Amino acid sequence: MVVDIGFWIMAVVGVAAAVAVILLRNVFHTALALVLCLLTVAGIYITLSADFLAVVQILVYVGGISILIILAIMLTREVQRGSLSNRFRIPAFIIAAVFLGVILFALLNTPWQVSTALPVEPTTAALAGKLLGEGGFVLAVEISAALLLAAVLGAIVLVREK
Amino acid sequence: MSVGLEHYLVLSAVLFAIGLFGALTKRNTIVILMCVEVMLNAVNIAMVAFSRFITPTLLTGQVFAIFIMVVAAAEAAVGLAIIISIYRNRETVETTDIDLMKG
Repeated sequence: MVVDIGFWIMAVVGVAAAVAVILLRNVFHTALALVLCLLTVAGIYITLSADFLAVVQILVYVGGISILIILAIMLTREVQRGSLSNRFRIPAFIIAAVFLGVILFALLNTPWQVSTALPVEPTTAALAGKLLGEGGFVLAVEISAALLLAAVLGAIVLVREK
Repeated sequence: MSVGLEHYLVLSAVLFAIGLFGALTKRNTIVILMCVEVMLNAVNIAMVAFSRFITPTLLTGQVFAIFIMVVAAAEAAVGLAIIISIYRNRETVETTDIDLMKG
């Protein structure tokens, strides 16, 4: 029951924060609403007994990406002009609503085969075995290391003074 | 009614639709990037929910969520670098003003 209450709090606050991201005019306030939304996603992970992912979410998103975004806002001085919409508001709303309707129709009419087995807890050691162990995702881990290096080098080259 | 798989999937779909609407309508490229982050997080919720309810002992969905986070971090770093680079050259980050390749 505690998990259920936690889910409803996180879901309501998360959706409200996501709506605030697209409705607020001040870009800086938008970034703060995004941070709140990412925090509630970490809470959702905790209700799903994904403890390692929740901590990684807070470290990478709330700690890292949000700082990058706020830094970019400060470097581009767009706070004064605000977060405006283009002229495709109504078509975009129709597209998003149709998409949501189709997805909801599909997933509420699918007979999911929910397992009754208890989840693995804590997940850190099991995830390490899955990522690095026999028959795991070692190749993808190696490739993601190369991807991160390429991304960091690319970012440095892009913002370097000529 | 206790919270089950459908609740998490509905939450994920709602967050994805909100992010999609924002990414399609916003003029500020930084806000568009934020909406993309919301969409990626929505997908992550669906991944972890499937992992928790369909295959609770395998954790494959959580591994996929970790890889999505890695790619999202790389995307944010390169995307914001591109935005700052555009701002240096053109003094704007509005999508309506970045129209150099418009015919």
